Order: sequence, then C-alpha cells, then structure tokens
Amino acid sequence: MKDILQELESRRETARMGGGTRRIEAQHAKGKLTARERIELLLDEGSFEEFDMFVAHRCTDFGMQESRPAGDGVVTGWGTINGRMVYVYSQDFTVFGGSLSETHAQKICKIMDMALQNGAPVIGINDSGGARIQEGVASLAGYAEVFQRNILASGVVPQISVIMGPCAGGAVYSPAITDFIFMVKDSSYMFVTGPDVVKTVTNEIVTAEELGGASTHTRKSSVADGAFENDVEALAEIRRLVDFLPLNNRQKPPVRPFFDDVARVEDSLDTLIPDNPNTPYDMKELIHKIADEGDFYEIQAEYAKNIITGFVRLEGSTVGIVANQPTILAGCLDIDASRKAARFVRFCDAFEIPILTLVDVPGFLPGTSQEYGGVIKHGAKLLFAYGEATVPKVTVITRKAYGGAYDVMASKHLRGDFNYAWPTAEIAVMGAKGAVEILYRSELGDKDKIAARTKDYEDRFANPFVAAEKGFIDEVIMPHSTRRRVCRAFASLRGKQLQNPWKKHDNIPL
Amino acid sequence: MFKKILIANRGEIACRVIKTARKMGIQTVAVYSDADRNALHVSMADEAIHIGPPPANQSYIVIDKIMAAIKESGAEAVHPGYGFLSENPKFAEALEKAGVAFIGPPAKSIEAMGDKITSKKIAQEAGVSTVPGYMGLIGDAEEAVKISQEIGYPVMIKASAGGGGKGMRIAWNDTEAREGFQSSKNEAANSFGDDRIFIEKFVTQPRHIEIQVLCDKHGNGVYLHERECSIQRRNQKVVEEAPSPFLDEATRKAMGEQAVALAKAVGYASAGTVEFIVDGARNFYFLEMNTRLQVEHPVTELITGVDLVEQMIRVANGEALPFKQEDLTINGWAIENRLYAEDPYRNFLPSIGRLSRYRPPVEGDTETGGIVRNDTGVYEGGEISMYYDPMIAKLCTWAPTRAQAIEEMRVALDTFEVEGIGHNLPFVAAVMDHPRFVSGAITTAFIAEEYPDGFSGVELPREALVRVAAAAAAMHRVTEIRRSRISGRMNNHERHVGTDWVVTLQGQEFPVAMTADRAGADVTIEGKTLRIESDWTPGDPLARLTVGGALLVLKVGKRTQGFRLRFRGADLQVTIRTPRQAELARLMPEKLPPDTSKFLLCPMPGLIVKVNVAAGDEVQEGQALCTVEAMKMENILRAERKGIVKKVNASAGDSLAVDEVIMEFE
Repeated sequence: MKDILQELESRRETARMGGGTRRIEAQHAKGKLTARERIELLLDEGSFEEFDMFVAHRCTDFGMQESRPAGDGVVTGWGTINGRMVYVYSQDFTVFGGSLSETHAQKICKIMDMALQNGAPVIGINDSGGARIQEGVASLAGYAEVFQRNILASGVVPQISVIMGPCAGGAVYSPAITDFIFMVKDSSYMFVTGPDVVKTVTNEIVTAEELGGASTHTRKSSVADGAFENDVEALAEIRRLVDFLPLNNRQKPPVRPFFDDVARVEDSLDTLIPDNPNTPYDMKELIHKIADEGDFYEIQAEYAKNIITGFVRLEGSTVGIVANQPTILAGCLDIDASRKAARFVRFCDAFEIPILTLVDVPGFLPGTSQEYGGVIKHGAKLLFAYGEATVPKVTVITRKAYGGAYDVMASKHLRGDFNYAWPTAEIAVMGAKGAVEILYRSELGDKDKIAARTKDYEDRFANPFVAAEKGFIDEVIMPHSTRRRVCRAFASLRGKQLQNPWKKHDNIPL
Repeated sequence: MFKKILIANRGEIACRVIKTARKMGIQTVAVYSDADRNALHVSMADEAIHIGPPPANQSYIVIDKIMAAIKESGAEAVHPGYGFLSENPKFAEALEKAGVAFIGPPAKSIEAMGDKITSKKIAQEAGVSTVPGYMGLIGDAEEAVKISQEIGYPVMIKASAGGGGKGMRIAWNDTEAREGFQSSKNEAANSFGDDRIFIEKFVTQPRHIEIQVLCDKHGNGVYLHERECSIQRRNQKVVEEAPSPFLDEATRKAMGEQAVALAKAVGYASAGTVEFIVDGARNFYFLEMNTRLQVEHPVTELITGVDLVEQMIRVANGEALPFKQEDLTINGWAIENRLYAEDPYRNFLPSIGRLSRYRPPVEGDTETGGIVRNDTGVYEGGEISMYYDPMIAKLCTWAPTRAQAIEEMRVALDTFEVEGIGHNLPFVAAVMDHPRFVSGAITTAFIAEEYPDGFSGVELPREALVRVAAAAAAMHRVTEIRRSRISGRMNNHERHVGTDWVVTLQGQEFPVAMTADRAGADVTIEGKTLRIESDWTPGDPLARLTVGGALLVLKVGKRTQGFRLRFRGADLQVTIRTPRQAELARLMPEKLPPDTSKFLLCPMPGLIVKVNVAAGDEVQEGQALCTVEAMKMENILRAERKGIVKKVNASAGDSLAVDEVIMEFE
C-alpha cells in the first residue's frame, strides 16, 4: 500500500519538474517564472487544484513517442483569488517550448468547459512556441477547439489572458477573443507572423519586440490592455483586477468592505474646471476623488489617452468608468478612443457592471485620416455600445458636451439613468465661436458685432440650463458633492431591470 | 482705531494680516489681480478689489491702482505686507498725501535704510557695529586692491544696489580682488543699471542673525530678540528659528540695543528688522535693516507672545507700545520651514500648477505639548501661479526646547500633505534630521556644504527603516485581510492571510513575523518585537501609528504588493510579500530605468525663450543649451557632459510640458 502511495508522490514529483532542472534554470535566466510558479503567485496560497497532471501526448511521428512528459506542456486546474473561484491554465515553456498539441488543447478545453458550466473566470497564462509541428493538423484542430470555447464563454464568464513569453501565429487568436490581454515588458511578444516571415515577404526588418512587444501592443495596436514590469508584478495586478470582476454574467459585481465616506465632500472639485475654457485639466483627479479610497484600475492606459477607461469601486462595489481626458487632444472622440471605450462599455454591460461616464468632449476629431479610417462606423460603435447597454448608467457632464459627441457619451437619449451636469457644463451643438461663424456668416467682417453675437451665444448655451429645461439633464449638481450624488444614483439603481428586444444577436457596426 | 484697512499684498501675508485685523474688529479690503481671482486672501477679506492683470508690475506694485482701490473702498490705513510696495518710499508718501495711514515706518526711514551704503553710514554713526570696509565709491581695480589690503583678506566685493547674490565676489588675494572688482562692476551694471561697488571684510563661518525691533511714534523702541536665518539656499532663507542656538545673553543684549539705537536714529515707528552677520567668535556686524514685516516674523511671535501685525496697526494708529524691554522675555523655541513649490529633485526649479491635495497639519496645541502654526495663502484645489513667489506655506512649530521644537516640526512635516506639484517638503524634512542642524552648528553655507550636489532624497538609517518596515507589514496585513473579505467567496474555502512576510524597502529585505489582535499587531523584526497600533484603514493617505510606543506618521500611496511611503524626507517604494512570493521575486531581473542622458528634457512646464545650439554642434560640459522661462524665471539649461547635438526638437516660442524632449545628443 505504502509503495503505491509513494508511487503517486514520485509521479507527481516528476510531473512538477516539467522539462527538468536545466530548462527551469534557462527559464529563470530569461527573467521568467515557470508555469507552476506563476500559478502559485496568481492563486491564494495552497488553493490550486490540478487537473490532468499525467496527461501525455499521443503523437508517434518524428520520434515523439520517445518523450512523453507528464502534463504535456500545460498546467491546468482551478483555485481561488481572495477566496473566489477561478480556472487557470499555464503553458509550460520547459516542456516542448510550451507548444500546443492535441492533448495540450484538450486540457485547456476541459477547464474551459468546467468554467462555463460552473460560472467562474478563466485566466490563461500564455508562454508557448506555437503549434506542435510534429502533430500537424491535430495541433491546429486543438487551437480551433480552444477558440470555439473562448467564443462561447465570451460574455458568460470573464476571460483574461496573460502573455508571459512568446505567443505567435494561430496562438494569438485565443487571447484576442478574451476580455483582457496583459503582457510582461521585455519578455513577451505577440504577432501573427514573426520577424523572419515579415522580412521574407515584405523586406521589412523589425525586431520581435518592435513587432509585437508590450510597448507595441499597449501603445500602437491596442491589442493589449496593459503591461507590467515582470511576472511577479503582472500576477499581483491580475489578482487585483479579478477583485473587480463578477465571476460570471449571472452575478452582480463583487462587494468589498470599504473605508471611505459615501458622502465625502471634495471642495477642491469646485475649482477643477479652469476659468479659461481652452485650458485643460486632468480628468483623473475627478476619477480619484469620486472613487472609493481613490483606487482606480485603468484599462488601456497607454492607448487613445483622450479617453479614460477603467474600474473603480463605489460603496465597495465595482463601477466601470469612461471619461474624456481634456489634457489629450482636448478630450475629443476619434477612431481609437471610440473603439477603446466601446469595447469597455460592452464588457461592463455583459457582466452587469454599472457605468459612470464623465463628459468633457468638444466633438469628434475632424480630418481626412479620421474619415478615411472610417470614423463614422468606429464612432458608431461607442454610440451602439452605450445605447444597447442595460446596466445602470450615470453620466456627469463637467464642461463641454458638444455636437454628436454629446449624444454618444451616455446621454439621456441613450437611456441614461441619471444625467448630471456641473454648473460649468456647456451643452450645445458646438462652441460659441464656431456657431457664430456659421449663424452670422455675413457679419464676419465686423469684429465687434461678432464679439457681441459670440457673447449672446455663450450666455444662451454655454451652460447646462437649456438642456436642464428640456429634461435632458436631470439635475445640475455642485462639483464638490459629485461623489455623494453619484453613489446615491447608483444605489437607487440597484434594482434596475431593463431588457432589449429579443434578438439572436445584434449587428454592431464592426 | 481704524474701521477698515486695505492689504496691498497677496498670498499668505495678506491672509496673515486679515486674521489679526479680524481679531481686532477691523474690516479688511483685499486687492487681487486676474490670476488671484480665486485666491484665499480674496475670500477671507470682507471686500476685494480687482487691480489688473497678473504680472505684479501691472497690478500689485502699481501705486495708482492701489490708491484707487483705497479710494473706492474707503480704507483708512494700508498694510503693505512684505515685498511689493512694502519698502517703497514713494508709496508711503502717496499715502501720506492722501491722508491714509501707512502701517509701516515713515517714508524717510524707508528711504534712509533703502541704500546699502547710506544705511551703513547711518548705522556707524548710531554706534552699530559694521563690517570693516570701504564705504566710498571705488574708481578702478587698483584702488580696489589697495582697499582690500587695508581691510585684510578675505574681502567681499559687492554691488551697492545688489541683492540675491548678484554682483557679489569673494577675494582671498590681490589677483582675485582685481578680477572680482571688474566682474562685479559689469554684473552690477547689467543687472541693476548701477555699477557702484563697495568692498568689505568677508566674514568667516558666518551666521545670519537678525533682531526684530518695534518702535512707536512716541519715541519708544524695543527689541523682540533675535531670529537665526542661517539655513539659506542661494541667499534665500529656508529655515528660520528663534532664538538663535548660538547667541549668549550678552551678545543678544548688545545686538538688541544697537538695533534699537539704529531704529531710533532713523525715526523708526513700526516693526522692523535689523540684520546682522555673526562670525564664529560671536562678533556681529550690521548688514541691513528691513523696514517692513519679515516673512519669518511668526517665530518671534511664538517665542514672545506678541502679535507683530497688531502692534504695527496700533503704532500706525498712534498708540504707544504696551510693553517695555524688560517685559519681553524668550519663551521656548520656535522654528519655521518655508514650503515652496520648488522641486528639490530637479535642482529646486519652480513647479507651478494645481494643488490636487493640500492638507496641512492641524494648527494649535499638539498632544506632545507643542504648538503648530501654518501661515498659508493656498488651499486644496488652488493654484500655484507662475506670476508670483512660489511659496506654499510657512510651517512653524513651537516647543519649550529646541530639540522638542525640531521633533514637533518633523511630525508636522510628516503630516503635511501636498500633491499635484513638486515641493521642497522632503528637503526641509531632511534638514530637520540633519545632525549638523540638530547640533546647531550651522552657518549660511550649511546647504552649499551639506548638499553640494543638490538633493536626491534621504536614505533612512537602519533603525528608522526597521520601524517603517514593521509598520508597512502591519498595514499590508490589514489591506490583505480586507481583500480576503470580498463577496462571492467559496464558503469554508476562504483565503487565510498569513503571518510571515518579507518587507523590501530601500534595497533591503526584512523578514517579519506577526501576531495580530483586534487592537494591533506584534511584529517581530530583526530579533525584536514591536507593538504596532493604529486606526489606519486601507486607502487612508496618512497613517498615524504607534510603533514600539513611539509615534510614526507616514504618507501612504498605492503600489503593487505594497505602498509608497513618505517619511522624514525619504520616498520609499515598499513591497510586502509572503516568503514564497519574495523568493520568486528575487528571480526577477533588475530593470534599469531608460537612459535619458542622450536627451535634454524640459525640467518644468515653460516657454522656450532661446535655443543656443543647432544640430551638429559640439557642446562642452556646462555649456548653455537653451533657456526656458517659467514663473518669470529664465532657467538656462546646460549640457551635463560633452557631446554632439543630434537633433533640436523645440524652437523659441514653444510651450513645453515637463519631460518633453528639447534636444537629442549623439
């Protein structure tokens, strides 16, 4: 009997060693942790329960039968993050370079099926050389099996991808479908075709880092939602993110004990808006002063900085924030900002996370690059996302809300539940100068007349009261009381029930 | 008594005067420029009158505008504060003509003390000890050498109209005297349009000690003892204290009596300050007399109990001083730190902008028997404007002894929250902990000698690190327990927050073990156990803890797996991990911050006034590359090392943000 128990222990010991001491050392030398070490850091201490530790591949080509390591290059299972269940897979670069075989894919599919059935997030840690070439089409089939599950799980359970090494070719499409992608600086990269193929086909010479490193994907392509300095920091921050997310689409967002005054007054907000309408201010200050304990988890911080997206807590409960950032491009909407915010709004709506929108938007960015790039359809994504969202929606207009961008930014007309404005708000078709130039074209030569017309227009429209008279603004609020007002608004919406007409699915302008 | 006074100033001093006026039941009128529309002094005053555009030379120092404001408001008297019009005899005259009382000395006293050479002559005649030197005009370099020899080296060559260190040279021999004379003369001509030069003995181990005097219009005059202002950076006072740790009773009395004699000699009637330079042997020499209320007057008020502004108002109203010299004793010790919006990590360059957070320590009596006083003209959400002096506040503490006053100051600085702009709080906190300052062995060269390469932050001594590490571990545990109480947990399978941690700060690791109860935690670190108690909760930006029975105040910021903790001038990135997490973290590569030596970055938001080099130019170390104007200050940016300019990204007239790349090097 004892021998049998020992047999288990020794088999486990072998499996845990993955590709062996030498390869583990090589992994460490690259500044990377092993698959199991990563799981240890991701989950609560001692909470990991492994599946399929002894699964081995079935390939017999190219001499593969000689080497059938237990686990087949991926560690799968479940555990807890602060006591809440998550499923996890972590590719093991020390075993066949983490390459994906048929059985490797089956292991991933197994935990994804369980996650969907049991309603818990899936966190995938990617560190893989790609398809296992020896297995040919079986490996490709494996990818597609994973993709299909990613697709079905989308909007049902949160899916988070952490790229901690190479992720190339077909492998990129699994993370691409998930809700969030995070990367580790200097040790991870993602691309569909690598630098060698790029050089052969297009004669472009580019490094892997330039082509698909963390900087590229967080700043240029927007493929990644964030990047971290190293594995340890990345996994700690994933834990922090999971604390914001519901486990599945049937649950409300989690609530955490909080130590902040719901009615906290911030007098300094009364001076946040500069006297000069052309002077920018940092919208993040408002976010920090509204949020519980000033805690803000930003998503896509480095991309399309003219719009801010991320999570905060109000009264301990998660709220998604979308805010124009006046310090960048005056906070205008453009293609990138619209896409970024639209995806975020849809994530929040899918997972019952209420949305707070902070508006200071002078309009859409004009220009050929925007029109040729299809700003009409991309801008419509954000409009669509807000319009279809049925979660509680609270909007605060701090300053400008001009033109079509006013409509887009969670206006009353898109079923906004609470639409507040600060006294500094200006809700109008456009700024006074532009409007007067159109309305009084014939008087343009006369400076004094134009100045008088501009002043008239400002007096009439550079305030929130015209919109408030029409009921498009529910209430004009004092800046210093924003936190209290917003908290109370969301509190009153806890029982909100709203359903869109039945449909197979909508047809958002992709 | 006056019914209404106007304060011809702004910022903290305007607020300071308003407070006393209000206490005396006098109505106050503030004046403000466009930039000060939302300023604190405007909201504090009973009335406020707009006087023009932001630059002071179009508003605060335009006599006509102030006179119009006086007329409009019907104020009966004017307090000028310091700076601006406070020592302008023309302003005092204009008031006199208009029949409005000037809360300051008579115009002729201002005039008499306004010129360095004249004031020194008057001082000599009044029997005040002056620095040996030559008062007359000096024709050429050879005459300068001769005079220098007579006085005896080292000598100081100074511009008569000078100030702020401009046109000033020290010579230790004939050659240096010859050169120094010429360069001072040129500089004086360029800077002040007045090339008169004088030479005097250069005082070694100099300390700046000044006497506060107060005279009425009835011939009475007293001194309110001394203030030591030796901690200066480029002739700007940073730290002041009263009394001086250096003076003995006899010197104090001699200086005080001479100061009063001088004041009486010029018919002084108000509060004024006679500045002396004191050498290592307690020889003191007259420097100048400031015919106004000084910035650092609060320390005198704290040790004498006299409200100087009140006395100034009463004197201006013709009242006699209510006390005699023998009534004025020194009670305890007071220290003032000037908090400026100057970034100590960027060579004290001004840092303007919005105060997103401004929480000074609570004023009044402290639990430890001291007093905290904070004179300020700003508020949270307010703006440090580019147009004026970038002062944030004058933080003062009082206690029975100097050591206690310093300790009160350390705690007050630890408690003082200022965010949104760069400021010198870490620097003054470092000075408060500096052994030489603590010993009192200071001179005016203290900062230049102790921080020759500028200020790059504080390394905490091990004993302090241990206390901070223990506190951080206890705070982290509280944070993690809160996280483990999130909703949606698997019942009976919750996370258990452990008791063993590894704290990393300032490049050192400290393993700790703790046992916690409802009231606090016992943290074992470095072989000893510290009891930690606090009402700190996660997210609170300020933590007041008792660690091993002693108070510890930390400013707390967020950071992955830990905190950013600021304490005593140190800015610590602290991580707290489980032993296993720490073991794995050790495997992580050390990443160096990106190399910016190939770039010239804009050190502050400002306007490029001039670019001195072009692409392809070879530059030498210290060569001027371009000039950035901010807060009316023209800052010349110089090459840190020899190199070749690769590309220039900015040109004159560009407005740049902080850290924008001005030029690149090869």
